[in-house]
Parts: sequence; structure tokens; C-alpha cells
Amino acid sequence: MKTYNILILSVILAVSLISCDHDNFLSRSPQDVLLEDQVWSNPDLVRSNLASLYDNKPDYQELEQYWNFTDFDEAFPSRNGDYWRVRRQNYDYGAWEYWDYGYVHNINLFLTRAENADELDPADKSQFIAEARFLRANVYFEMVKRMGGVPLLTDTLSYEVGEDPAPLYTPRAAEAEVYDFIISEIDAIASDLPTDPTIKSTATWGAALAIKSRAALYAGSIARYGANTPSVSLSNGVVGIPEGRAEGYYQTALDAATELIESGRYSLYMRNPNDLSANFNDLFQDKQDNPEVIWAQDYLLQSETHQFTVNSQPKSLTEEGAVAGFINPTLNLVQEFELLDNTFAPLPNRDSNGDLIAYEDKSEIFANRDARLAGTVMLPGSQFKGQDLDIWAGVMESDGTITTGDQFGQQKMLPGESEPEQVVGFDGPIDQLELGTQTGFYIRKYLDPAPAAGRIGTGSDVWWIHYRLGEIYLNAAEAAFELGDNDLAADYINEVRQRAGFTDDLDPGEITFDRIVHERKVELAFEGHQLWDYKRWRIAHQVWNGAPLDIDADTPGDATAPSAGPIGLWPYKIHDPGGADDGHWVFVERVPSVVTNPVTFRLGNYYSRINAGVLSSNPELVQNPNQ
Amino acid sequence: MQNSKVITMKIQHIVWLLPVVLFTACSLNNYDNYDEPESTLEGAFLHNGDSVRVSYNNVTFELWQGGFGAESPINVTVDQNGSYSAVLFDGEYRLVIPPGQGPFIGSGIGEGGSDTLQVQLKGDQKLDIQITPYFMIRNPEFSTSGRTVSANFAVEQIVTGANAQNVEFVQLYVSKTNYVDTRTSIGTTTMNSGDINDMSDINLSVDVPAMTPTQDYVFARVGVKTTAVEDMIFSQIQKMQIN
Repeated sequence: MKTYNILILSVILAVSLISCDHDNFLSRSPQDVLLEDQVWSNPDLVRSNLASLYDNKPDYQELEQYWNFTDFDEAFPSRNGDYWRVRRQNYDYGAWEYWDYGYVHNINLFLTRAENADELDPADKSQFIAEARFLRANVYFEMVKRMGGVPLLTDTLSYEVGEDPAPLYTPRAAEAEVYDFIISEIDAIASDLPTDPTIKSTATWGAALAIKSRAALYAGSIARYGANTPSVSLSNGVVGIPEGRAEGYYQTALDAATELIESGRYSLYMRNPNDLSANFNDLFQDKQDNPEVIWAQDYLLQSETHQFTVNSQPKSLTEEGAVAGFINPTLNLVQEFELLDNTFAPLPNRDSNGDLIAYEDKSEIFANRDARLAGTVMLPGSQFKGQDLDIWAGVMESDGTITTGDQFGQQKMLPGESEPEQVVGFDGPIDQLELGTQTGFYIRKYLDPAPAAGRIGTGSDVWWIHYRLGEIYLNAAEAAFELGDNDLAADYINEVRQRAGFTDDLDPGEITFDRIVHERKVELAFEGHQLWDYKRWRIAHQVWNGAPLDIDADTPGDATAPSAGPIGLWPYKIHDPGGADDGHWVFVERVPSVVTNPVTFRLGNYYSRINAGVLSSNPELVQNPNQ
Repeated sequence: MQNSKVITMKIQHIVWLLPVVLFTACSLNNYDNYDEPESTLEGAFLHNGDSVRVSYNNVTFELWQGGFGAESPINVTVDQNGSYSAVLFDGEYRLVIPPGQGPFIGSGIGEGGSDTLQVQLKGDQKLDIQITPYFMIRNPEFSTSGRTVSANFAVEQIVTGANAQNVEFVQLYVSKTNYVDTRTSIGTTTMNSGDINDMSDINLSVDVPAMTPTQDYVFARVGVKTTAVEDMIFSQIQKMQIN
């Protein structure tokens, strides 16, 4: 027995020895992961690594986080689960917090490895490095505008368990230092990036200059308007930029914007000069060598799409029965669009006696306004995908009594009639009824008219524009205005206004702070600018001041007028058989009853709260002020 | 027959379940739960014995407790009349008023002008916090005539010298409930500092708008805003009968 066992064992041993000899089992290369040197010798693999860095860059209001568009006074959220946005009394101090050093680390790691990648083509390598530094400048910009000065880490940190962590503690840099870093990084890499204006979804020379002009403009305005909120500051400039630096930053912003505009590589979108509203809307939809778009987050059907259109399409035209109508633009925004004679005026719904004015056609009340209004908002009486919208809130008798329903397009018997008829629109507004508009408006900007774009399974491939030339013109105008050059400011702002249908240019004397604020509000509505603009101008606490909403305030064009929540405008059909106004329309301003609280932007909201976990893991950090 | 058998089965099951339930209940009682905090810390923000009144849900201070790893503060909110109360575990806390919080200078609340107040909590405790408001509202008197509410009051400057601030404006509010400030006001009258002739004799009045549902009373209050300071200082709230 024993000998037999030993025999078998020795055979097994011999076989295994032989097999070891033939196959270097322990030094085989893995078949399921790519090793560092394999990745860094192949430009395609490096590119896909870079793609994940692009994919993880932060953003706030955008097509995939459409709900954030309803946080302020631009739009109302028509969804039961989101009513809290218009019911809160103030913004949380932690709102808009972004503190992602994991992402910064990934970029720094990418850069370290790229520097050491000797097998890459030098041209590829310098472009990869430039793109990663571009993304790092971008993420520091995202951080500084939310948090103020943040620790500037440009290298990877490593830590072994048991070491003293103290050398790794990095204090917050001054807010100005972070902006200086962004500007100097862009200066260093701009020439390594491709200048081809048809490249839209990755970093280019144009995108670099665009970021520089916006960042410098933000820094300049914080330096200038910080005086309005002296308590929003921390020692050593961690929050707040000294006034003395304003001019320098504005000059940088103006120079970057001018260089970009004068390069001629981009131009304002003007492919449909016969219908300026449609032209303005096409600017966001047209992905065919769009001359205005500088940098965008692109989408592709059947691969990567978003649900923006699904969620905000008009109720009567929805392609996805139970989902529609989320973003409802407000009267606050709609009234901001000027008349074509360059004057501000509330929508004329009442005459001088306070009586409602009857209009034969629903769209008449919106006539003669900035072409961007109809390009940004779906108004009562307008169309989407070539079909009429049905926006009206009820039927009004001549004595003012109202008949309305609680379902879209409901029929009821009107006084003096024998047949029931429709008493409310298939698109709403019906108070407290989600999925239809509750303000009387739907959003048009970025809403995709392509067939099936409103279906969950298909989605929309409209891209999200980070930077476009229209904004660069406004950056240039604002910087020039702040530098005292009103002539130049008027030139730049008028370019944008002509595209919106204004035939009378603004005179240099008409350029004021309120004008600058107004122009950005209407040109860049729903493009993710409002919060950051209001913060840098230090007007957020004046506009979102918690004062009860006043439907009669009517203050278009006033940059600091209170606007602490959404207001709507509801069309009613007149029922007055035999009367002159039978079947005509009147419009009533109204705060949707879901809106129970005006919202307050407190001084502590100017810079988001750093969460306690971050603070307690780095004793060098100081909390933001006024919280 | 069949039914009664099923029922017997069920009863048997329940009998078996009983000890399990009892055991779980006992163990929950004894082992699974922490004690709830039982000690109340309460008091008020005072200046020379007078309450410093603020707006609701707006002024907070922080309690920090060390010794449990990463620290995060317990935020305590101050009520409209300047009082606060928090139910806590016994222990040692550091009480800090964050900079910029409240219509007052809160930096010297601790011993020797330190910005931290050490609190030894053992059982219920009353702790008033002495702070220095920029202003105080003195002798507010409210009156009504018809649907008009009027107020007469004085504003006394407390902080003088290098840290002194000016009055930005004074306001009179009327509200449907006894939460009264700009957020709930249904009628507000504002007087900017330039229009105030005599800080010791300020008169404001406001017409009460129609209310739905109707009520024959409102709550009135006056407030003073300090320039460059976010939080305002208020008077007490007065319930007023109107016609």
C-alpha cells in the first residue's frame, strides 16, 4: 500500500515539475486588464482614459440634471416630488457644495503618467497633457465659484498607514490665487490644443480662451462687487478678492474674449435670418458644424442620450404618456424680454383702470418682443413640432366668474349653453396638477423636436453647450463696460441684440450695470449661468430676498428687484355669447398655489458650506463665512 | 372540521411565536437601544438682562463635543424671542457662535474674551449667553386705528467705536401668525435711515390688507437692519385687534 502511494505521488510531482518548466505560470501577463505601460504606449487607450475624465467633470444646471433649472425664479417644477423646491424658505448652506479631490487626484495621476510616457508620439503627448490640464483648470473653476479659495493641489499625494499625515494638510488658497492658477494654466496650454473650430466635444484653443474669459470676468466682478457684501469674506483672501485687482481681471477677460472673437474661427449662428426666433432656437439644436458652439457635451442616439425632452415636453404633445411638462418658465423671466424698441414693459394684461384687456389672439399679448423670447419659451398660442399648443386655464364670464376643470382638456356645461364644451387647455395650466404647465409656459430652449426624442427609451441627442460665442460677446461687453469703455461695450452687446431682432442699437450711454445683467439673463436663460452670475455680482441676496411674491411688482430690467419665487400668467377664454369679446382671451397673473414660500438666499449661501467630514480630516481648513 | 383544524394549527403557531416575541421585546429594551439624550440646555441671548430678539429659523450657534472621532457640530437654532433650548447627552461641550451669525458681536462670549464658551452639562442646565448687539429696540408701542397698525419705538446704538455700524433701515411688519418678519409679512413699511430724524422717536404705520380667510387680529413687530450685517434685530411680537 505505502509503496503504491509514494509511487503515485512521485508521478504527480514529476508531471507538475515538467509542466512548470514548459509554462512560466507565475510570469504570465494577465488577459483581462491592461497594464500601465500598455495603456501609455497606445494613444487610443490614453484617449479613452481621458474620456472618463471628461465624463466626470462636474456641472450644475444641465440637461441631465434638468431639475436644477427650477431652483430659482426662472422656472417652476411641475412635479409632485419637486414641489419642495418652491416651498423652502431658504437654500441650504450646503447647497452647490463641490469638493472632489478624488477627481483632481485622477487628473494629476493622469498627468504624472503622461509626463513619463516615452512611447507616445510627442504631438499626441503634449495634446493629452494640455487637455488634462484644461480639465483641471475647469474643475478648479467649478470649485472656486462654489467654495471660494480651495487647496491647490497640482501633484498626486500618497500616504502610507502609520505615517504622520500633517505634511499632507494643505490650507485653502486665496480665492484670487485659484483664479490666477486657472488663467496661468490656460495661458500655458492654449497653444498645445487644436485650433480646429469643428472640434466641439473636447478641449480646443477656443474652449481654453472661453474659459479664461469667463473665469477672469468672475474674478473681476467679485473684486468689484464684493464691496456690496463686506461680511462675505475670510482672512487672507480665502474668500473675497481685493478691489484693486478688478481692473486687471476685467482686462484679461476682455483680451481673451477679443482674441477669440477676432480670430474669426467662430461666428454668431445665423442660418435662418427670416425667422429670428427659430434661428435662436436652432442655435441649440443644430449640431452640423455649428459656427457658434465652442465647447459642448455631446450625445449620440442609441448610445448616450438624455431625458431632458422627455421630462419637459408639453403635455398635449407628449410621446411618453405619464411624463411631461417639468420645467415651466415663469412670468418673471418672460417679462424680462424687452419690446423691440429697446424699452422694458410688463405684459399688458390690464388697462390703466386695472381692467383685463381682451385679445383676439392668444399670442398678441407677446407681440413685438425680443425674438429670443419665443426662441426660449413656448408661449400660449405658439407651436411645437408644427402642432398648436393648448394652453389656457379656464373660461371667464363677463362678470368675472370662472369655470375650469381639474383634468387636462376637461369638458363642462357653461352657463346658458346646452352642450358641454372644453373649459381648460390640454396643456393646462391647472393649479396643483403636475405634468402640465402651472405657469402658462413651457420651455423651448434645448427641447428636441425630433421624433421619439420624447420617449424614455430613445431620448434626445441634443448637446449641452458649455461655451458659445454669444456668451463671449457678452463677456467682452461686460468687461469693457467695467473698464469704462462704453463704446466698445455697446459694439459687442449690439452684435448679440441685432441677432435677436433689435434694429435700433443701444447708445454707449445706455449701457449700465442693469443692462449687462438683463442681457445675460435673456440671452443665457436656461444655460446654467444665473446662479454663478448673481453670486459674482453679489445681487443674489437682493433678488432672492425672501419677500412675499408681488404679482404687481413688474420690474423688468431692474437687476436687483426682488424675485423670490415663480409667478405665472394664465390665459382665460371669455364666454359672453353675443358680446364683442366672446371667444377672446384675457390674462391673469398668478402665483401657483404650490408655491408656499418665497425663498431666501442668505449671505452664507454665497460660498457653500464645507462639510464637517472634510473639515475634521484637515485641520488647516476654515469654514466659509456667515453660516 | 377542516377549518377548526387550521385554526388549532394557527393557535399553536402563535403559542410558539409568543416567547420569540417576548424575547425580542426584552432584548430590544435591554441591549439594542441607546438611551435618548435627557439633559436640557436652555437659555437666551441677553444684553444686560434684555432679550435680543431675532427672526425665526435664522440665527444658530454650534455645540461641539470632542472625543468621538471626526467632529461635527450640533446646530442650535435661536427662537424669535432670543431663547433657545437643546436636549443633549451629559458631557463637555464647546459653544461657538460662528462669525457673521446673528445681529450682534458674539466673539467675546467666553472667559477672558475667548470666542468659545465651555459648557459642562450634567442634568438640566440654564445658560444665558451674553452678547453685544449692534442696536437695541427700546419701548416699542403698537396701536391700531381701523385697519391701520402704528408703532412707535426708539433705536439705541450699543456698539460704538471701531466696530460701530449704521442703521440701514427700520421696518414694521404685520403677519397673520405669530411668526413675524419679512418672510411672513402681509404688509410692510420701510423707513430708510436717511428718513429717520430722531432715533429715539420713530413712527411707522401700515395698512392691513384684506385677509383670506378673514381674521380680526394680526401680529405686529418692528425690526432694525444694521448695514453690512445680515440678521436683523426685532422687538417683541404684539397681537393687535383690528376691525
